[in-house]
Amino acid sequence: MNSKDSGMSGGKGGDVVVETVSRLMVPFIQLFALYVIIHGAGGPGGGFQGGVIFASSFILYVIAFGIVKAGNRFSEAKNTVLFSTGVYIYAGVGLLCIICGLAFGAQFLNYGYIPLTHHFEENRALGMDLVEVGIGITVMAVITSIFFNLVWKREGEEVEGED
Amino acid sequence: MIWQLDLALLFLIVIIAIVTITVRDLLSAIMLLCAYSFLMALVWVEMHSVDVAFTEAAVGAGATTAFLIAALSRTKRWEKK
Repeated sequence: MNSKDSGMSGGKGGDVVVETVSRLMVPFIQLFALYVIIHGAGGPGGGFQGGVIFASSFILYVIAFGIVKAGNRFSEAKNTVLFSTGVYIYAGVGLLCIICGLAFGAQFLNYGYIPLTHHFEENRALGMDLVEVGIGITVMAVITSIFFNLVWKREGEEVEGED
Repeated sequence: MIWQLDLALLFLIVIIAIVTITVRDLLSAIMLLCAYSFLMALVWVEMHSVDVAFTEAAVGAGATTAFLIAALSRTKRWEKK
């Protein structure tokens, strides 16, 4: 397979309209995903939804440019590192809450005791955002990984049932 | 809540669900499932639970459809009789 393969199963050449539109759309989808993650504490949205939207921008990239070109950019090793990082951020913020709140009962994920600012409520909002970022990274990497594993053709595998 | 809109949406959802499980073309079934998810998201918005609607639109209509189409590209398109 050469790098000009387009479509999920490869084969046909790339379409200039699809490529141009998705090249324009992908950054805006990612910006919207970041907006959803950051505003998840105060409105609709959150880490999970933002992560899914971020992953759907990669799905659009795969549909437009083919799995080979996309798979070189997001390898399985990078995805594994990313989704471990997200879990570590989540658990790390929780442990930081326990450590900083030792004198106040040592509650897991009680964000108010992290000394980021001088106000308890602001600490709570900032800690919530940190946890949302962790959730978003994990969900994005896992959904991208599932999609790549579904689409990726292993070497020597024949396409069946194309009728 | 507007009960006329609710009634129309739920009626459409029931029709789409029945068609989804009876159609033989699996690609059509996937696209109908996508439409089902999207209408379901509209129903959630009608019920003032925007967060659930957001999840339904992102996961149900977006990611799940892509997953199912990717899975379908590995198998046959038409269901056996």
